[in-house]
Amino acid sequence: MPMDEIALDHHHDDHDHKPGFFKRWFLSTNHKDIGTLYLIFAMIAGIIGYTLSGLIRWELAEPGIGPMLWIVEHLQGVQGDVAITHAKHFYNTVITYHGLIMIFFMVMPALIGGFGNWFVPLMIGAPDMAFPRMNNISFWLTVAAFILACISMAVPGTSAGNGFGGGWVLYPPLSSTTGHPGPAMDLVILSLHTAGIASILGAINFIVTILNMRAPGMTMHKMPLFAWGVLVTAVLLLLSLPVLAGALTMLLTDRNFGSQFFNPAGGGDPVMFQHLFWFFGHPEVYIMILPAFGIVSHIVSTFSKKPIFGYLGMAYAMVSIGVIGFVVWAHHMYTVGMNVDLKAYFIAATMVIAVPTGIKIFSWIATMWGGSIEFKVPMLWAIGFIFLFTVGGVTGVVLANAGIDHALHDTYYVVAHFHYVLSLGAVFGLFAGWYYWFEKMFGIKYNGFLGGLHFWLMFVGSNVLFFPQHFLGLQGMPRRYIDYADGFHTWHYVSSIGYAITLVGTLVFFIGLAEAMIRRRKGVANPWGEGATTLEWTLSSPPPFHQYNELPHVTNKGGH
Amino acid sequence: MRHFFAALCASLLAAPAFAAIPHDGALGFQPAATRIAERIHFFHNDYVLWIITAITIFVSALLVWVMVRYNRKSNPVSRKFSHNSLIEVIWTIVPALILVAIAGLSFPNLYYQDVVPNLDKIKTESAELIADGKSAEYERYTKNYFPDAAEQGFINVKAQGNQWNWTYSYPDIVDADGVPLEFVSNAVHKGTPEDKQKYEASTGRTNYDSLPRNLAVDYPMVIPAGRYIRYYTAAADVIHSWTVPAFGVKTDAVPGRLNEGWFLVDEPGIYYGQCSELCGIDHAYMPIEVRVVPQAQFDRWAQLMLAGDYEGAYSSVLTIAAIEPSTKLAANN
Repeated sequence: MPMDEIALDHHHDDHDHKPGFFKRWFLSTNHKDIGTLYLIFAMIAGIIGYTLSGLIRWELAEPGIGPMLWIVEHLQGVQGDVAITHAKHFYNTVITYHGLIMIFFMVMPALIGGFGNWFVPLMIGAPDMAFPRMNNISFWLTVAAFILACISMAVPGTSAGNGFGGGWVLYPPLSSTTGHPGPAMDLVILSLHTAGIASILGAINFIVTILNMRAPGMTMHKMPLFAWGVLVTAVLLLLSLPVLAGALTMLLTDRNFGSQFFNPAGGGDPVMFQHLFWFFGHPEVYIMILPAFGIVSHIVSTFSKKPIFGYLGMAYAMVSIGVIGFVVWAHHMYTVGMNVDLKAYFIAATMVIAVPTGIKIFSWIATMWGGSIEFKVPMLWAIGFIFLFTVGGVTGVVLANAGIDHALHDTYYVVAHFHYVLSLGAVFGLFAGWYYWFEKMFGIKYNGFLGGLHFWLMFVGSNVLFFPQHFLGLQGMPRRYIDYADGFHTWHYVSSIGYAITLVGTLVFFIGLAEAMIRRRKGVANPWGEGATTLEWTLSSPPPFHQYNELPHVTNKGGH
Repeated sequence: MRHFFAALCASLLAAPAFAAIPHDGALGFQPAATRIAERIHFFHNDYVLWIITAITIFVSALLVWVMVRYNRKSNPVSRKFSHNSLIEVIWTIVPALILVAIAGLSFPNLYYQDVVPNLDKIKTESAELIADGKSAEYERYTKNYFPDAAEQGFINVKAQGNQWNWTYSYPDIVDADGVPLEFVSNAVHKGTPEDKQKYEASTGRTNYDSLPRNLAVDYPMVIPAGRYIRYYTAAADVIHSWTVPAFGVKTDAVPGRLNEGWFLVDEPGIYYGQCSELCGIDHAYMPIEVRVVPQAQFDRWAQLMLAGDYEGAYSSVLTIAAIEPSTKLAANN
């Protein structure tokens, strides 16, 4: 987005008093500091979620029950048949918290709380978020939610051990007192309620900031695509999370106060929970990917030294993905016993989403077309994202067909599909943004070799990890199994090798982070050159504690 | 010599005509055992898979092309265009048309497997086709519908999911008091040496070592080959899901609901499935084993089960008799 005239006030020195450590990091109202807090938080949660996935792959590398048994024998001190029962429950809790933590406490805080807080105000030319103190509440509520989730891992779930082991989808009756009488599930509900409140407050903050605080001259149709992505995401959060909150509250009263919303014996219906859950859950999928779409757009444009191709199409593709995302939820529920005409509707609606998604993929390629591409680290991640998201997208089209989904529902094919769009899509978008903005955020340069090595290890590793899971799913391997028929061994083994490769990649990531922090190579305001045209590159790296004391004035003679 | 032939025949019979079981290193579906699965496999393997592979290769090729042709060395000065209405219209319309093409096959596929067939209608329609002498159309019709089986009506089976086993009941197979045949089907555990002793002691069987781990059950669901099966799923405690990959069917068993579905298996054999909705601790240990046997063998098994002779019934379906080609459904030769 070319800004031909950007007037900036660089005399910010008088205002650059940073508060003391406690006030700065614990009572923060600065969007950049809160963004950094979110990133640190997401990193901690990510390490935990990633460790849990390591336990899953370790267990599944060989048939039978192995590592889980060892863990419960040593951690919980149980032996024999009791240990086996505990190991099975422990495995279920591991997959459950892996999902919950990665979604609610890693991807969302990093993409929305982290990069959203950092760069939405910078990109739209705003001095801060609209409600700085509410921003702080959002962050600390997220921390509180995470602590509740961690506590719930450590309190009784069933007679077979601590924690909730009913999957991140929390389907009753497994999540009601029938399946999990212990307090672990109540704490999961409280945790998600708290995380939900945090996200709703954050969403309100983003919507108000974006609608009201754009710099003079920055119309909605000149706004950077990352801000568009966060805006659509925030609207999705605002509309979908209250539905989740409703479902969770009903579950809570079912569990504790004798209501019967999801209990058939009292006239309730467990499938109703699934409808409410997925009415939230499907927009949630786009909540996780839309900010990544925005990040990838900027990176592709920057390193191709070309304006984004089809800017308006890109913005409204995200809007339409958001809108359609609300009317496709029951494609997660093709096997619950729905009316066949309803299934036909959800097939049609779901497949429609492929059209705006295709527009985005092709527009990214068209942005590169005719460009002068530099393969810096963020660009590697962005190109990797485009390829992997395409693979995850086309398997989504396969699963949209209820006829095929009857065979593949709740198999590893689904696991492969959503990890391609999330673990390889959203997370690659996350790392792309990390390397793209690293110098801007922290004022130091990362090591390009380590960044590239990190990319290649993750790219190869996650493909080795997730591609064979398509084969497992087609052969009929069900999800959420601690142990499997011997005919599934080879691909599970290969999949676990893939995890080991990503583990090396993750270590390289932290080595790269440590290296950059130790060497402290001084960053420049705009390391990417002429291609980087959004407002954050007009500021120093790191940006002043308070930026835009005089608002930048955006005029746009060049057009898109 | 006679003994040799008897042994040979026995060993041939002992090998089931068909067994659907996951194969190590396999890349695709388990072989189809029903028309439903055949149609799913055709739709996926011969249609959608080609389309998505072509799309993925196309996008990858474009990516490789721009990386080769438009990198900083090959193209030092970038161009500045950011619009091309024609290409934008094309990449909106063409994907939409591809999706319409997929949906065109998707809907018939869905309705075929999801709607329990009306057997009376099949009888009338096939009779009309024969009466009108439309043999080509009759042949096409009998690819999807089975008039011979329709004549015999449905076999009804209910699969109830429990934590953690399945209860099968056959509402039409009743004893003298009108009580339907119902039995519980538990996994055969194969973890420790004690598991083997327990199994052999409780059942008196000697086939433990031949049973596939995590798939075999003590008392399998048994159904006759070449018959329309209408199955119902229900649940006693939490949600389970009844599935057999080779049949292409999967239906959740939800407390408070009675879901239904149908299939028809031609080939006698042993088919395995596994619970497909997380249901708690032993989710991975409540497999589904379906033995498809000729009608006569099925009737004998049902009698023995009704009489309470579970072990006799199990032995009666241990080896599965092959079906003479003449008795197979004409349409599926």
